Amino acid sequence: MFRALQTTFGIAVVIFLLMPIFAILPLAFTSSVFLNYPIPAYSMRWMHELTTAEVWRTSIVNSLIIGGGATVLATVLGTLASLGMRKGALPMVGLLRTVFLLPMVVPAVVLGVGMQIFLVRIGLASTYLGVIVAHAVLCIPFVIVSVSAALQGIDPSIERAASSLGARPVTVFRRVTLPLALPGVVSGAIFAFATSLDEVVLTLFVAGPNQRTLARQMFSSIRENINPTVAAAALLLIVGTLCLGGLGALLRWRQGRKTAAAVA
Amino acid sequence: MRPFIQFESVSKAFGSLTVVNALDLAIKKGEFVSLLGPSGSGKTTILMMLAGFERPTQGAIYLDGKRIDHLPPYRRQMGVVFQNYALFPHMTVAENVAFPLQMQRVPRAEITRRVERALDMVKLEQLKDRRPSQLSGGQQQRIALTRALVFEPSVILMDEPLGALDKQLREHMQLEIRELHKRLGLTIVFVTHDQSEALTMSDRIAVFNAGRIEQIDNPQVIYDTPRTRFVAEFIGETNLIEAKIASIDNRIARLSLGAGLSAHAHAADGLSAGQTASFSLRPERIRLGMAPEGSNALDMTITDCIYHGDHMRVQLTRDDFSLVARCERLAGNWTVGAPVVASFDPSDCTVLAQ
Ligand SMILES: Nc1ncnc2c1ncn2[C@@H]1O[C@H](COP(=O)(O)OP(=O)(O)O)[C@@H](O)[C@H]1O
Ligand SMILES: [Mg+2]
Repeated sequence: MFRALQTTFGIAVVIFLLMPIFAILPLAFTSSVFLNYPIPAYSMRWMHELTTAEVWRTSIVNSLIIGGGATVLATVLGTLASLGMRKGALPMVGLLRTVFLLPMVVPAVVLGVGMQIFLVRIGLASTYLGVIVAHAVLCIPFVIVSVSAALQGIDPSIERAASSLGARPVTVFRRVTLPLALPGVVSGAIFAFATSLDEVVLTLFVAGPNQRTLARQMFSSIRENINPTVAAAALLLIVGTLCLGGLGALLRWRQGRKTAAAVA
Repeated sequence: MRPFIQFESVSKAFGSLTVVNALDLAIKKGEFVSLLGPSGSGKTTILMMLAGFERPTQGAIYLDGKRIDHLPPYRRQMGVVFQNYALFPHMTVAENVAFPLQMQRVPRAEITRRVERALDMVKLEQLKDRRPSQLSGGQQQRIALTRALVFEPSVILMDEPLGALDKQLREHMQLEIRELHKRLGLTIVFVTHDQSEALTMSDRIAVFNAGRIEQIDNPQVIYDTPRTRFVAEFIGETNLIEAKIASIDNRIARLSLGAGLSAHAHAADGLSAGQTASFSLRPERIRLGMAPEGSNALDMTITDCIYHGDHMRVQLTRDDFSLVARCERLAGNWTVGAPVVASFDPSDCTVLAQ
């Protein structure tokens, strides 16, 4: 009885969470010009619009450029930071870690205002590089969390063994530390890309008209001329995110299997 | 000329905690030396200083006449075997063993040949494409050993390498490592807290207590004539009894043991008549029921008798003085409560400073 209630409630919550997504998706294939039900007929009209209309096309390209750039920057910097904070060689590592993770909790508006002022100062306002840097700040915490966890899992005596067998520090890193931390680095990068992909608030502050990302374009199209292209864009984002999430899960599963095998 | 490996008054402190205290230690080429001591006595720290992972706070370490304590680990040419094996989990067995050779830029064809030969030596060639996680504990241990041996380092360092194995496998590996040591003429520094392991494997044992060497000698001397109370208690089993020294003559002390009993015993350095000291007697050196000429003979009563399969442990008492003896079997008329003569030679027991 209680179990049944539990299950029903659980299902209800899941439906509540997923409903908005399922509600919007079919509208990507409507033939009507309005973003509402009922759907008169199914067509690829808006998918076509999404991939051919200039504003949408450039926004997709922009999202890929900025997402890719922010991912590379955040992954490199975040990995280096995790390595630096690892061995307790630095003083006040705890404080440092908190500072690095701050963008996760600081409201994006606050960050946006600050970034805007800062980027204008250094002449990067409304440039790709500026947006990439701003996104990277948001993405770095995800990389640090993921890579730090992976580094924590490496037995220090494995690196010592490599060193005693004649490997210089750089070689130890390249042949042992990095390969062992790689799953953490990759999953950090996936998180970073997904974060950049749906970032709107910060983008509103720091991006100029030339750096409209897909998320930003969806936001303005809803306010300006609402039509089902936005549903098509939503579909694209969801499929993209699901693919990334699936990749991440696959990596974790493989890692889990490896650990399980190591324990057995 | 300096010994092959030499610690010269080496100290190591972590903060205010002194872990190794003015250590002097010399090891010959081809020697198998065990560092034996309880947990926390600084054995691992000493090994890590030799391998280059810790810097001495004071003193110098020499290898083959050259000072090495400032060299990083990768320039020391030592094969280290860690307690948890520390194999590279992302490489196959063959890649693990090839790693040190790649570091030395040995040509590829020669690497293949040497890896094969090394794996052949430990009879694990058929496992060369497996990952470490697919091997048993004993197999991983052997691969770790092979990896440490394959680049022909000048010294092999092992930190409790057999601690994680079950008893049977451990004894098998002890023999195997000893075999390798003899056959290849290796210099091995072996850390263990297992005294029987140290006794069976080593040329010499250094017994550590709180960062100092209590005694360093070959296993037989360590076992038969411990120099301190700590060594007597830590190695093997012993009866340790407080006794008063009546007189000392030519390193043989006359002791009064209590309950009106007295005995002669080999005396350690620095003891004098009138002193209270510790008398150490191994249970298996006690004979029951006969007292040859020149031996100590004590009239005791059997108060308990415990069967252990291959031997018996017999509790002997007289008033408040008691001893444990170990013997193969008991004669029929010796039962609990029976009187018996316990005898032992003066050279088989020692008096130590308290
Ligand atoms: N890196 C370190 N920092 C602080 N204390 C340490 C460190 N390494 C070892 N110690 C301390 O040194 C003492 C000796 O340790 P160790 O050499 O590992 O002993 P053993 O190997 O004989 O058990 C222990 O009390 C341990 O807590
Ligand atoms: Mg230790």
